[in-house]
Amino acid sequence: MTRFVERHPAWALIVIIAVAVALWLIFAVWPPALEETIGRKRVFLNALFNGITLGGLYFLVASGFTLIFGLMRNVNLAHGSLYLFGGYVGYAISASTGSWILSFIVAFFMTALVGVLLQVLVFRRMEGQDLRQTMVTIGLSIVFADLMLWACGGDFYQIQTPNWLIGPIELPLITAVKSSGEPVYLRYPLVRLVIFLASVIIGIAMWLALNRTRIGMIIRAGVDDRDILAATGVRIQIVFVLVFALGAGLAGIAGVVGGTFQSLSPGEDIRFLLASLVVVIVGGMGSIPGAALGALIIGLAEQLGSVYIPTYAIVVTFLIMVLVLALRPQGLLARR
Amino acid sequence: MSVTHDARVQIHKPASTGQRPAVRGWPDINNPAAWVVAVILLIMPLIANGFFLIEIFATTLILGTIALSLMFLAGYGGMVSLMQLTIAGFAAYMVAVFGVSGNANISLGWPWWLAVPMALALATIFGTLGGALAVRTEGIYTIMITLAIGAAFYYFTNQNWAIFNGHTGINTVATPHFWGVNWRSDIPFYYIVLAVAALCYFAVDYISRAPFGLALQGVRDNPRRMAALGFNVNAHRVAAYAVASFIAGLAGVLQVWNYRQISPGSVSVGACIDVLIIAVVGGITRPIGPYIGALVFVLLRTFALDFLVKIGLDGNRFRLLIGLGFLAIVFWSSDGVIGLWQRWCQGRRPTANRPAGGHGHG
Repeated sequence: MTRFVERHPAWALIVIIAVAVALWLIFAVWPPALEETIGRKRVFLNALFNGITLGGLYFLVASGFTLIFGLMRNVNLAHGSLYLFGGYVGYAISASTGSWILSFIVAFFMTALVGVLLQVLVFRRMEGQDLRQTMVTIGLSIVFADLMLWACGGDFYQIQTPNWLIGPIELPLITAVKSSGEPVYLRYPLVRLVIFLASVIIGIAMWLALNRTRIGMIIRAGVDDRDILAATGVRIQIVFVLVFALGAGLAGIAGVVGGTFQSLSPGEDIRFLLASLVVVIVGGMGSIPGAALGALIIGLAEQLGSVYIPTYAIVVTFLIMVLVLALRPQGLLARR
Repeated sequence: MSVTHDARVQIHKPASTGQRPAVRGWPDINNPAAWVVAVILLIMPLIANGFFLIEIFATTLILGTIALSLMFLAGYGGMVSLMQLTIAGFAAYMVAVFGVSGNANISLGWPWWLAVPMALALATIFGTLGGALAVRTEGIYTIMITLAIGAAFYYFTNQNWAIFNGHTGINTVATPHFWGVNWRSDIPFYYIVLAVAALCYFAVDYISRAPFGLALQGVRDNPRRMAALGFNVNAHRVAAYAVASFIAGLAGVLQVWNYRQISPGSVSVGACIDVLIIAVVGGITRPIGPYIGALVFVLLRTFALDFLVKIGLDGNRFRLLIGLGFLAIVFWSSDGVIGLWQRWCQGRRPTANRPAGGHGHG
């Protein structure tokens, strides 16, 4: 931190000012002049929270993607299909048993199983052939998309939110002050907050697992140099299978999350594939903190963009990607 | 090591050494198969009626030309770009925006001979800028960035109403009409498409032997060594993107004339990936591959429904068939149908040391 400030004083100043402005925007009661120029504070806060929670969802999808890439150099373009598959499985479980939690567990294990099968049956056969693996994942995503269209049809599905999570919750953030002097607090859907918290917990758990456990150490070593790791006697194929299962399972969980606060339909696979691509390009390939940062940036850009500049929301996301590529092609938090 | 890697080992040695003394730009001049194909293509309007002529052959040639631009980048430059269809779609949109169409509030109403060069220039600039971004990274990163560009363009056209008219797109685009000929009626349009496709084919073939093409192949095989020899590696790559964008732009102009409309559906991510499938199935080692792939793709797309129904399956599973076919090709033949054909030829001739460069070139 101090090193960063010493090396880039100008950037540090900009970051500090931006954080201060953001905090002021969130906590202060907006003066009327500001509300006139950029709209109500409630709209801003809602967009902000939507962006952060969407970032949580993107992180779930992208972290699996970046983990698989980091270790196996395999750009899994079928990742979006795994997301959608997890969502459909979750929907089926939640519709038949009524249990939301169970749908997460089953979706995780089903997509993890698909991931294991993919790794064992397909990718192990073409190890080290990056481009060919990528082509195969493109073919697989087409096949999966059509199979799921066959099985589930083109309808929209939404997973039922459990009763104890339905409804808004009041947050201690003032959106406005009534003429009587009584403050109005922000009301926000509880389920999105819970999901966001869960994704933060998953993220921290992953970080701890990667940095504090033996298997995490092996995975990090594999990211750095997998040939040497294999030469030291680690059974690298088992590590590959485990990581693929974990990455795919995360996509499955994300599918259930996405099915709960958005909806599931054909085409969502491509949307989330694109989202995870942009997230990992911005954050840095193969880096979990990078995926978290990228997901937050992209989620915020998308939601704030769709509120304040509705026609060009996508372009904002894209511009961020272009900027990052132009200034730091390896991504914001990649080590290289 | 990879699909493009395999390609270079097999094909380009003969292309750069053995064949060079032959007449430059006319590689197939003494290959009877090429002459037969050329004659058949020229007299096609006598054989095929309107449906086959336009829906099968003209569409094949247009899609093949888009895939040709990908083949040029992937085969000679080692850069797999998924945004070639996006560039074609951009050119098509520009023709519709600058030219005459049913959406009078958007189209500027320029005559076609102004709108088309404008569209081509803009598409080339667009593709070159995209390429300049993509060359900042390598290998599989290129795929991801170009895919992201393609997807961003698709969502942008869906959302933007001022220029791209949102998800309805631009309809009833005017087609050229001069010298008393309606150039969109079946037979003249077929010949335009054939002429453009042939031009692009021979241009790519010529460039692959020209100094620029050879340098590009050198950059693909060993960028470091080329840089050490004094070549500007990134400039060559960006220039390759410019050439490919121009080719894709030409195909895009033809495409909008063919369907007379353009909408976001035509530039969707699925369609971008279709172009990759076409190029890979045909073979990205030489310019004829994309056209073979396009023919297979168009035939499948047109007749798979009837065929699947006939053998008692659900006709809507056409994409499943395409996906499985693509998987099979990627699994077993790294250079597509051409590779299969070459291996078959090799199998027939016991003296097989290396596939001869000139064989099966048409």
